Amino acid sequence: MKIIKNLAVLGFVCFASVANAADKLTVYSYRQAFLIDPILNDFTKETGIDVDVVFSKKGIAERMMREGRLSPADVVLTSDFYRLMELVDKELVVPASSELLSSNIPAQYRSPDETWYALTMRVRNVYSSKERLGKLNINYEDLADPKYKGKICTRSGKHPYNISLVASMIAHHGEAETKAWLTGLKANLARKPQGNDRAQVKAVKEGLCDLAIGNSYYLGKMLQDPKQVPWAEAVEINFPNQDNLGSHINVSGMALAKHSRNKDNALKLMEYLSGDKAQKAYAEVNMEYPVKADVEPSALVASWGEFKADSLPIYKLAEFHHAAVKMLDEVKFDL
Amino acid sequence: MILGLPKRWSLAGYFVALVITLPLVAILIQAMIPDESVFGHLLDTVLPTYISNTLLLMFWVCLGAILIATPAAWLVAKCHFPGRAIFQWALLLPLAMPAYVVAYVYTDLLDYAGPIQSALRSFFGWGSPQDYYFPEVRSLGGASMMLAFVLFPYIYLLARTAFMEQSSSLQHATRVMGCGPWQSFWRFSLPMARPALAVGVALVAMETAADFATVSYFAVPTLTTAVYDTWLGYGSLSAAAKLSAIMLLVVFTMIGFERFARRKQQLFQKQSGAEPCELYSLKGIKALLATGYCTLLLLVSFLLPFIILLNYAWQYFDESWHVEFLAFSFNSFYIAAIVSVISVTLGILLMFISRVSPRKADLLPSRLSSTGYALPGTVLAIGILVPLTYLDFAVNDLYEYLGQQGPGLIFTGSVFVLIFAFCIRFSAIAIGSVENSYKRISPSLDMAAITMGLKPSSLLWRVHLPLLRKGIFAGMLLVFIECMKELPAALLLRPVGFENLATYVFQFVSDEQLEHGALAAIVIVLVGLVPLIYLNRSLEQQG
Repeated sequence: MKIIKNLAVLGFVCFASVANAADKLTVYSYRQAFLIDPILNDFTKETGIDVDVVFSKKGIAERMMREGRLSPADVVLTSDFYRLMELVDKELVVPASSELLSSNIPAQYRSPDETWYALTMRVRNVYSSKERLGKLNINYEDLADPKYKGKICTRSGKHPYNISLVASMIAHHGEAETKAWLTGLKANLARKPQGNDRAQVKAVKEGLCDLAIGNSYYLGKMLQDPKQVPWAEAVEINFPNQDNLGSHINVSGMALAKHSRNKDNALKLMEYLSGDKAQKAYAEVNMEYPVKADVEPSALVASWGEFKADSLPIYKLAEFHHAAVKMLDEVKFDL
Repeated sequence: MILGLPKRWSLAGYFVALVITLPLVAILIQAMIPDESVFGHLLDTVLPTYISNTLLLMFWVCLGAILIATPAAWLVAKCHFPGRAIFQWALLLPLAMPAYVVAYVYTDLLDYAGPIQSALRSFFGWGSPQDYYFPEVRSLGGASMMLAFVLFPYIYLLARTAFMEQSSSLQHATRVMGCGPWQSFWRFSLPMARPALAVGVALVAMETAADFATVSYFAVPTLTTAVYDTWLGYGSLSAAAKLSAIMLLVVFTMIGFERFARRKQQLFQKQSGAEPCELYSLKGIKALLATGYCTLLLLVSFLLPFIILLNYAWQYFDESWHVEFLAFSFNSFYIAAIVSVISVTLGILLMFISRVSPRKADLLPSRLSSTGYALPGTVLAIGILVPLTYLDFAVNDLYEYLGQQGPGLIFTGSVFVLIFAFCIRFSAIAIGSVENSYKRISPSLDMAAITMGLKPSSLLWRVHLPLLRKGIFAGMLLVFIECMKELPAALLLRPVGFENLATYVFQFVSDEQLEHGALAAIVIVLVGLVPLIYLNRSLEQQG
């Protein structure tokens, strides 16, 4: 009987732990907690508002949908644009109007209807083998060129970073042309899409392929891990499409949860994240480019050089996400 | 059998059975709901590949496991050779290894950059992957091999028992007829053990269908990963439920197959003689081959990956040993402990009712409750979230109707949902374990107790429980390790921000840096070893 009594007590403890979400802010984050904890601690110090971060790699939108009006989320942080749009599409977030936000974040990197704001940017680069190809002036379009047959590595096509890249190709070239390109790219792959962006650079170092598609910040992150330094040193970072459209940009971002019970404080947090100090820290911790115009990236990131970014406003990509996902299935990109 | 078990016992049994079968019903209902053409799109594009991958994977894993396990089982059961006493239990050890950990370790070894291919390249002077052929580890074939290596002990265990129980007089007969060991194996032992092998194969097939982590790491899309991706990627619960329904069809076919095989098994094994049969004594080259085979098997399926894991953990110890690691371990432990207590309690209750009740219909709850194990973790997660979300909203609606602030997501937003899911999935194991012990309590004891005027509850407390002790303990241990290892359900159901050892290890596997999470993986393996060794010992005592 004692066991049963103990169990009952434990059960109540479990229940009680969810019910205390009154004055705290809850952040649902696709970004790992250790990346943002220091910034949120500063926020708490300045404002006295406590913040709970809950990290999940996948499925936050699905969870918020299911939680509906009972969702404890106040602010959502995403690590990419696709997931930001997912929140908007499923009507899980609401506009957050603030003069400070509009002045801190350039129009190109926020939604016209204020439902989301970008926080950092990164380029979808093409890494090339230092040894076998050297520095290249390459276009995304070239990746379908038969001369690279068996030479290209990438992660799953259905990963948000690649979905957005395909969406940008559709935006610029239309569906038919993009499908031909994607089929060509698929035919050029050295192996079935697998692993993360880092694993592709590793594969270049190993000689499995000569070109790897990957986000810019991975280069910086690999340089931080002694085991991965040789991988990073085996590749050149290339900014694609410099002579024409400019490189594809992806962003991490934030949005205000629809059912937040504490929208005023949530807005304060969002404004804080768009400010100089947080922008600098948020970009630096992940080796990205801040969206706020007058905030400089870290020295390392700056050393990769200036580049021309695709001028297509990022929210335009959203129209083509769905088509991109379908196309990736149609050409059986991952299979 | 008792002259009247109060109706409330039966009601309790039916209530438990109802709760346990709830997810199954929820999935079937959810699958009927239209899903805005997501399923149609999948059907037109990738679904056929998912289905054929799933079936091929099941086929290859079963074939591989049976080819690996049968010779080992026969050698250990029927022959004397050096190391036999050790292999008898040691060949069960791979069961404690999560398949995705083994998969990771072998990818590291056999990948293009791994030590083996690098050595080959420098030896033969090859420069690039185009210069030679080496099988791709991350493939359907690779996944099949990894799963076969960790799942073969199921077949080994059942086949070994079947071989041991084979009547020695029949074996003598084969010898008299002039069969050597080899012929005796082909013409007598193997055909007689077929039903046991079939049960083992069905178990392996079910485990394969439920595997999420290995195939996801190897980028081999199957129905399990499809359920996960459709749900979280497309955000379509209905399409995911439809995929789940397809998967259930596959799994229940397997169960039907298993039941069919088991029916025959009883028939065969009742003939078995009690006296142990004489062992073939292997000498010279034959003994060497037998020992070599078993050693190789143990090395490949357990020792090598485990040693590599130890090495990772050693190198990254400082990084891995931190407060969070302890917190995650605690999460795993306390949830496993709670679930094993609840599952065994349910097992005792259900088996007590079906043993003691005079009503034939009271056999049903324990049977129904065993179906929970058939639901793969991803499928189960969907089946649980649907009804519990309704419940959450109902509770909050009620509070608000009464003019109070609702308590929030008390069911789906807390560890309750995890505990609930694990109980449903693993009660079958507890039920089976208690059932086995019950079989060994003579019904005359019950009668004696009743004659002496014991009420049903006292019969359970004072007579059955003390006698069931061993089975209860074994059941708790088994449920405990399954809870430690279970990944997909934990991934999908955990409250946001909650992490246990399995989800923590998998996060590193999917980030391709298991080195940092190796310590946690070792804890999972070690916790799994204890019950295996204990169980094997109690099996041997029975023999």
